[in-house]
Amino acid sequence: MTAPPLLAVGDLSVTFRTRAGPVKALERVSFAVDKGETIAIVGESGSGKSVTAQAIMGILDPAGRVEAGRVYFAGLDLLRASASELADMRGREFAMIFQNPRGALNPIRTVGDQIADVLARHEHLKGAAARDRAMEMLALVKITDPRRRLDAYPFELSGGMCQRVMIALALACRPALLIADEPTTGLDVTTQAAIMDLIGELGRSRGMATVLITHDLGLAAEHCGRIVVMHAGHVVEDAPAAQLFAAPRHPYTAKLLAATPRPGRHLEDLEAIPGGLPDLRRADLPGCRFLERCDRAGEPCRAPALDAIVTPSPDGERRVLCVRPLMGLAA
Amino acid sequence: MLAMIGRRLAAALPSIAGVVVVTFLLTRLLPGDPAAYFAGPAATPQAIEEIRQRLGLDQSVPAQFLTYLGDLARGEFGLSLTTGLPVMQELVTRLPASLELTLAGLLFAVAVAVPLGILAAVRAGSWIDHATRIVATAGVSLPTFFTGLLLVHVFYSVLQVAPAPMGRLDIFSSTPPPVTGLYVLDALLAGDGETALAALAQLALPALTLGIFALAPLARMTRAAMLAALGSEFVRAARASGLSRGRIVWVYAFRNAMLPVLTTLGMVFSFLLGANVLVEKVFAWPGIGSYAIEALIVSDYAPVQGFVLTMALLYVLLNLAIDILYGIVDPRVKVES
Repeated sequence: MTAPPLLAVGDLSVTFRTRAGPVKALERVSFAVDKGETIAIVGESGSGKSVTAQAIMGILDPAGRVEAGRVYFAGLDLLRASASELADMRGREFAMIFQNPRGALNPIRTVGDQIADVLARHEHLKGAAARDRAMEMLALVKITDPRRRLDAYPFELSGGMCQRVMIALALACRPALLIADEPTTGLDVTTQAAIMDLIGELGRSRGMATVLITHDLGLAAEHCGRIVVMHAGHVVEDAPAAQLFAAPRHPYTAKLLAATPRPGRHLEDLEAIPGGLPDLRRADLPGCRFLERCDRAGEPCRAPALDAIVTPSPDGERRVLCVRPLMGLAA
Repeated sequence: MLAMIGRRLAAALPSIAGVVVVTFLLTRLLPGDPAAYFAGPAATPQAIEEIRQRLGLDQSVPAQFLTYLGDLARGEFGLSLTTGLPVMQELVTRLPASLELTLAGLLFAVAVAVPLGILAAVRAGSWIDHATRIVATAGVSLPTFFTGLLLVHVFYSVLQVAPAPMGRLDIFSSTPPPVTGLYVLDALLAGDGETALAALAQLALPALTLGIFALAPLARMTRAAMLAALGSEFVRAARASGLSRGRIVWVYAFRNAMLPVLTTLGMVFSFLLGANVLVEKVFAWPGIGSYAIEALIVSDYAPVQGFVLTMALLYVLLNLAIDILYGIVDPRVKVES
């Protein structure tokens, strides 16, 4: 390890208060992102990917509460920063794009004004200067005829265009970190590829680190150097992409890989992962939240808390949250 | 915009035609004989028959309808049987009184309910949220005549800060030169501050009574719409961009929340216009509500027809105004219209 990571999340636990009791949405989530690095957080729906992103951004719903943990960004603990310090950094140091771009844009404000709002907030740009910068940003995300699009409302743009606008908005103040929460869900396949290429390209040219949140392992493999696998609010495995694909250590990762379509593999050969996520409201959640779906589970997995096993590797360390990790070769 | 207004007005014509027919038929179906009432209790059958002929009530219903249409085309609503005055003239003097009262009541309701609703949503679950709920529930559970009497008792009888509830102006002031028909506005336009104040003093209690009643739906709708807007994805995205709280609440959440509030405002307004009869009675306010009720009781059909038709026209205009406001707030509406 040379320089400290840009973003270091350590033992982050988040609980949601609900009518049916507290939901332990995240428990001891840890991972790190280096400057300019692109990582993926993968997992099925409800695994806590988005909650992790929202907790880092400090935009959890009021019902959600960070119980414990650290989120260091460039050496500053975001969880202990004041609200105004955080607001100053959001959108300028780290930014986020969302799953449903049309819903994430204010429906009754022109896209130019929305980008200008961010510029006014962080760079004190007003009027024509803000407008010019907004137009530059639209051009940067490859929107044709940006001057005219400045005055467009989100409903006048396609979903892909809205996501480009969202990216322009997020990158307007040159953040060092971009969190992309399922940025291509709901877009058609060609648009997906174009958006992912755009994010990758802008990330590289600006030296920006990217956290890609997705349920699509293939997409993660294609764009990210490192993959963090989440299941039921736990990080179950965190490894360099190549190693993770070659030799998954956590049974869940292995099953996820076996369930992922890839060229040369028949659809019938894909395996479904049995069962569902455990009820996170249970008071007696076992240390391994995957054990009910796991064919390797045993008594040690029921311990109230497990510690991740860390092994060094040439491309950075690997972590796995399993008492009986897989040691064999590819699944 | 003008084309839109024109189209909307044209689209309203069939409903207005429907109102013309239905009011005509309904007033003819009303129990009681207008001729007998008009002739008085001691009239002979011949006298009643004579009056019936004079009023045209001996003709067939279609013939009466044609006469009615002819009158409408000339801008006449006929004569009131009880007062003998043209209905049109009465409506022209009474409608502004009702409008002034309703507008003032609504203005008060909006001025209180919208900020309360916003605060209740921004601080959901706090004491201000609960206070808003209590105010809203109390406002809508108290009948207007009761609130009116209570206000009169407290502010006129006990505290003696309000003038007597005797109409639109006290006897010492003279009516301002009519421009809009709204006394406060007319007096201000004429530069007569004293009369404006006197008219305002008369207006305050009845407007407050109406306003307290209108508070509840507006405050609740504002709160609900604000909560929905604040919980929306674009507010989350705005927070993720670090926008200031004020900007998020006003520019992002409130402007979006205004749409359902505007709809409710239109509904409350039309409801108040018709429903302020009781307030008009308590405060001896010479509005159209009390006029219509008095006419209805004695089968005086011409004022009832005139009243219903005026209300229908007002509703059409009001809905048009709401739609125009909608178009200003929401860019998506222009495309659809």
